[in-house]
Amino acid sequence: MAKGKENPVISTLWSAGCGSHGGCGCEIYVKDGKVTRIEGDKNHPFNQGRLCAKGLAVSQYMYHPDRVLYPLKRVGERGEGKWQQISWDEAYDTIEKKFKDIRAKHGAESVIFCQGTGRDIGGPITFLMYAYGSPNWVQVGLAGHACYTPRLGAMFATHGNYCVADCSQFLEKRYDSPEWTPPKYIIIWAQNPAAGCHDGFYGHWIIDCMKRGSKLITIDPRATWFSTRSELHLQNRPGTDGIIALAMLNVIINEGIYDKAFVEKWCYGFDELKERVQEYTPEKAEEISWVPADLIRQAARLYANNKPSAIQWGEPVDAMPAGSVVAQAITQLWSITGNIDNPGGNVIAINSHGVTTYPFSSAELTDLYGADLVKKLNEKRIGANDYPMIKNFRGWVQPDVLMEQMETGKPYPVKGAWIQTSNIIGGQAADPRRHYEAMKKLDFIVCVDIFQTPTTMALADIFLPVCSICEKESFRSWWQPLGVSVKAIPNIGESKSDWEINLEMAKRLATTPVKFNTVRELIDDRLSAGNTNFDKLKAKGGWEYPPVGHRTRPYYRYEKGLLRKDGKPGFETPTGKVELYSKKYEEWGLDPLPYYEEPKESPTATPEMAEKYPLILTTGRRSPVFFHSEHRMIPWLRELDPFPVAEINDKTAASLGIGDGDWVYVENTHGKIKMKAKVTPSSHPKVVSVPHGWWLPETDGRAPNFFSTWDHNVNNLTSMGNQGKSGFGGTNYRSGLCRVQKISGEKE
Amino acid sequence: MARNGLLIQYDWCTGCHACEVACKQEHNYSEGMCGIKVYELVSSSPEKVYVDFVPALTRFCDLCAERTKTAGEEPACVKHCQATCIAYGNLTELGKAMEKQPRSSLFAPK
Ligand code: SF4
Ligand code: SF4
Ligand code: SF4
Repeated sequence: MAKGKENPVISTLWSAGCGSHGGCGCEIYVKDGKVTRIEGDKNHPFNQGRLCAKGLAVSQYMYHPDRVLYPLKRVGERGEGKWQQISWDEAYDTIEKKFKDIRAKHGAESVIFCQGTGRDIGGPITFLMYAYGSPNWVQVGLAGHACYTPRLGAMFATHGNYCVADCSQFLEKRYDSPEWTPPKYIIIWAQNPAAGCHDGFYGHWIIDCMKRGSKLITIDPRATWFSTRSELHLQNRPGTDGIIALAMLNVIINEGIYDKAFVEKWCYGFDELKERVQEYTPEKAEEISWVPADLIRQAARLYANNKPSAIQWGEPVDAMPAGSVVAQAITQLWSITGNIDNPGGNVIAINSHGVTTYPFSSAELTDLYGADLVKKLNEKRIGANDYPMIKNFRGWVQPDVLMEQMETGKPYPVKGAWIQTSNIIGGQAADPRRHYEAMKKLDFIVCVDIFQTPTTMALADIFLPVCSICEKESFRSWWQPLGVSVKAIPNIGESKSDWEINLEMAKRLATTPVKFNTVRELIDDRLSAGNTNFDKLKAKGGWEYPPVGHRTRPYYRYEKGLLRKDGKPGFETPTGKVELYSKKYEEWGLDPLPYYEEPKESPTATPEMAEKYPLILTTGRRSPVFFHSEHRMIPWLRELDPFPVAEINDKTAASLGIGDGDWVYVENTHGKIKMKAKVTPSSHPKVVSVPHGWWLPETDGRAPNFFSTWDHNVNNLTSMGNQGKSGFGGTNYRSGLCRVQKISGEKE
Repeated sequence: MARNGLLIQYDWCTGCHACEVACKQEHNYSEGMCGIKVYELVSSSPEKVYVDFVPALTRFCDLCAERTKTAGEEPACVKHCQATCIAYGNLTELGKAMEKQPRSSLFAPK
């Protein structure tokens, strides 16, 4: 039969499979109960028929011989790699008993609920955690919570909402929508958008906009495809983005090229901001950031004088010293130029239809679980009492405080962990060895995942097998549109979906009865906020945008009274305005205005260390074929990016006797790892850029090797305990020091 | 008979590798086999370093013969190219289009 005649199942990707933060519409082709291929859905406005490499490889992920298909229990010592297949009943019974015992002896807060990123995991994990009665929801080891939360927190504090670059993604007709206009300039700030779908944003929308006239300004320590095509490239020292933002504010304010009418009517605290930025001249910024003052001036002028223009920013912002402060300064750029909730600017993003699939804010948690419960549990949430911003924004644990608490047992001990779709040791954790040492002492650990990873091998007592996107029902409202994932085939092996597992566990562990019998009931209950249900969305082709006039649809909602709970025009902040002087920061004991802070390790901050480790280490360079620590075992993908590669400038490499393809040690005071050198002029002479999350699934998974994670995971060169004053940002993920040395005699 | 080919506006190619995986999936190619391969080209003038990507077709490109015999189906790489920079069609038509666009390459694999 010709391929066009098959009838694919239409669904939405929200991992597990492609590791997505996006929500591409896909066609799942099935033959004899088996998925034969996955393609993009041309009718879906998100991706318009395209898929990235990871999405196209989902079938290899699903049918991989190493996929774990049955519940396992550990029978040897932790790390020995001895497992025994057990039934779901035995697995559930064991977990129920252990978790109830811990709760009775130590309190529910002694169990932490740990997730990685991506997927639909935020919904099910909070559901289970609150049912059990623990407040401790965490991305273990994510130092300073350096992934989107600092940016979200800064936007929430200053605008009461979140903003993203407007590439027409909030409108179903996309680029043809009459109310949309392309940004004149897009500032790409610390990101390689082409490598995926960061934070609900499909990176290639930038290219779509470029084809419609958008010009680029890139702020990046590396030369990239985007910098090559930019009018200006600000090639900064890693970790200094804050002072560039402050200097741009200085130029825009002092040259009077901000949007005076918008500032007058809709901003609070302009004079205070003006006074604050005076010290941050472009010349001062040049000294610190390596970017010529003139380039900073030109960038500020191009951005401010060409409305609408947008800023698309990346995760390094979160990892800056005081990540929430750098984010605040960048938001002020779009605020004082009036590029907020306008077509082609930074549009306000609210989850489609007001449906919550993954609760981002405390407000959403309160809506779902009730103010009383959230408030009561917050009293014990780890780090909440140390950091008011952590307490008042999002229901997360502060990971650096957790690290210490696991070691000291104070103020209360951590006894158990539920780790779901999270590779702590091989992925997100800074200083993974310290985490390994602390976590292997816990009494009881459950891992819920698809593959064995360094984390599951090192820590799991029970392993629960989770299914892929094609084997489950789920729903997604991360910005737009509202969509459903449709089950295309029966579950492979005995795997179950994260929602199925967590609903069953919640029923067993809840202190008050769970009101849903099935996952479908739960999904429909959540979707009812959007006056729809699973079947209706499925029948419509899997997705829907909110109706015209809905508060989750742009533009200029602050004029229409669509942003505030009281229905008045303005923003959902104490003053009703965009707070350039942040009342919330002030209330939380933080500086209400932005400032510059030097990275903790740098040639300026630690000159003695820099003598020994003269290069700047920046980690987390994205590969377009992997999602964080996932996918290293997928043949189609690994073939395209086979080695962990450190990018080193050609002249620097020559002076160190390093040739292209040589194996090298990248080393600093925290440790050393092995990388293959890519010698290229696209790297700054003083910067070494290394990808994160590398482990080798083809090597021994047992202790002490754990799939070679100690040899190749760059987080072995990072540390915990550097969090900023807000509890956010600060560690050396993006701006550490290192030296590079050739490993003699090693090739390939 | 009129021959078909692919016109690639490589200036837009971001090096995302989606075309390569699309091709592998379509043909179920094993390791080392693929109809298309994307190369990174780094070049520099005294002032600036440039990063470009250039896709090239290998001997394994069959222009998705199986797919394209059904009307309306494009080759897998054309459909999934995230930068939408690959076009499939008749070589004469593609050649005309090529005259109007910079930094393009035309492939006639079969
Ligand atoms: S862009 Fe994101 S959602 Fe789409 S296939 Fe790739 S990883 Fe998945
Ligand atoms: S046309 Fe088909 S066979 Fe040729 S490179 Fe593209 S996907 Fe591969
Ligand atoms: S899919 Fe398109 S943009 Fe991506 S590597 Fe291939 S040709 Fe380039």
